[in-house]
Amino acid sequence: MFDVKAIRRDFPMFQNNPELIYFDSAATSFKPQKVIDAVMDYYCNKTVNIHRGDYDLSFNVSNTYEEAREVARKFINAQSSDEIVFTNGASSALNLVAYGYGQKYLTADDVILSSEAEHASNILPWFRVAEVTGAKIEYIPLRPDGSFDIELFKKAMHSGVKVVTLAQVSNVLGYILPMKEIAKIAHSYGAVVVCDGAQSVPHIKTDVQDTDIDFLAFSGHKMCGPSGVGVLYGKYALLDKMDAFMLGGGSNARFDICGNILLKKPPFKFEAGTPCIEGVLGLKAAMEYLMDIGMENVEANDKMLVHYLSSKLLELPNIELYNPHSDCAICTFNVKGVFAQDAATYLNTKHIAVRSGNHCAKILLNVIGASETIRASMYLYNTKEEIDRFVKEVAQIDLDKCVGVFL
Amino acid sequence: MMDENLKRTILLDHYSHPRNKGLSDDPTYRTLHMASDSCIDDIKVQVKVKDGIVEDLRFDGVGCTISFASTSIFTELLKGKSVKEALALIEEYYAMLDEKTYNPEDLEEANAFDTLYKQANRIKCGTIGVKGIEELIRESVKNEK
Ligand SMILES: Cc1ncc(COP(=O)(O)O)c(C=O)c1O
Repeated sequence: MFDVKAIRRDFPMFQNNPELIYFDSAATSFKPQKVIDAVMDYYCNKTVNIHRGDYDLSFNVSNTYEEAREVARKFINAQSSDEIVFTNGASSALNLVAYGYGQKYLTADDVILSSEAEHASNILPWFRVAEVTGAKIEYIPLRPDGSFDIELFKKAMHSGVKVVTLAQVSNVLGYILPMKEIAKIAHSYGAVVVCDGAQSVPHIKTDVQDTDIDFLAFSGHKMCGPSGVGVLYGKYALLDKMDAFMLGGGSNARFDICGNILLKKPPFKFEAGTPCIEGVLGLKAAMEYLMDIGMENVEANDKMLVHYLSSKLLELPNIELYNPHSDCAICTFNVKGVFAQDAATYLNTKHIAVRSGNHCAKILLNVIGASETIRASMYLYNTKEEIDRFVKEVAQIDLDKCVGVFL
Repeated sequence: MMDENLKRTILLDHYSHPRNKGLSDDPTYRTLHMASDSCIDDIKVQVKVKDGIVEDLRFDGVGCTISFASTSIFTELLKGKSVKEALALIEEYYAMLDEKTYNPEDLEEANAFDTLYKQANRIKCGTIGVKGIEELIRESVKNEK
């Protein structure tokens, strides 16, 4: 049973901010007590480095750290925990693929295929790959409403495409892409598929073996975990032939004075330096927490929330909703005649946290025709009652009220 | 403090009917693109300075009520002023936003922002266009020397 009241009790942010309606979970999510405890436990009871000590504490923390890899494997159903690389987050994971795979293997004849709905973190690293290798970036056109069309993808695919890089869920529109079909088509042309899972992994069940994607990047902080930690999943053979972005302690097996380096095998060759240990332990707790609830349940509840909010917003004459078919807890809209940031500032005076702006997906704006929008994004702890209160406030917004905030 | 209703009228008026909006092709105008990294305002400002006088100011772009209204008000306020007077007014305006002592007398409609400091995260919106104008005026002074 999905008991949102019980879930809310797990998150101290609600007790400590009783008036707040938090609709910005796409930016970062709240953390349950279990995650906070895991981080605190490391600080209070077992602050030691990993993979080095000859003493019990270090041995034990190293084991827990490696167990986190196994939990992550399970969470996304990877084949082996050696395919789980801990990073600082989705951005650093995406940069690692772009650098370690893209810059190493692409040439001037190659094409990187992406879409106009990508987050800066999944397109700027590829701009750099293009600059360094001479490869070209092409974009799959979107439907007029910004959604993904598999037929348009098929048309955009060709044998020059070596990398297809897409967010499974866009951080602006919340549409879910059919990764399995995409991977199948991309593979038939010999391209690898990079999936930006920053918005999908927290919200929908992820199965990398079923979808058969080649790389997946995601962040801990958007899925109840700490910030500063994330994951790059890669098929082992690809990780094995990829370059490390950073070199240093922990990633090498041996080196000598002549400059010869023998790197460890994946995933360790990518994890130079002391990692964010407490972050990994916290992420482990977060994934366990989500698996206890069941990602199917999280996904179903998200859908219920977003459909409820969309249907309410569609009824409001002063609102333009850009993604009425969103399936993933994100509603993007504007109040007619009011600049997005002004509306968000007004909502802030009502203790409602939303994000205004272009949401790091600057190219998409040409598609939906609005340069700035308000994004309301929800997660497993949000309720219909919050939506009702939110909709009531949004219904009243006009220019006059927004200006009133500054007087 | 300026009367609330008056402030409201001024802000709505300048946001809905911005003055000096639309850029000029005349090459004697200096142009500056002000894109804020912390918010979404994206404004271009233009200033024409001749013989130490701010002859004309223009702007265009997208922005919130505060960035639009403040830029619009300053394009009017500074027009015809000497460079020295214009820079002094801008300093008074910054002092007001910083809650320092300032002289409201010559700020005219810019007094509508005398409580902007209450929304600390939006003070930048009130300075984005003005900072651009200030930079262009300072540049023109350097170049005239
Ligand atoms: C779709 C998408 N990709 C990538 C990222 C980057 O994630 P992070 O900032 O955690 O590295 C985000 C975060 O906003 C996102 O929404």
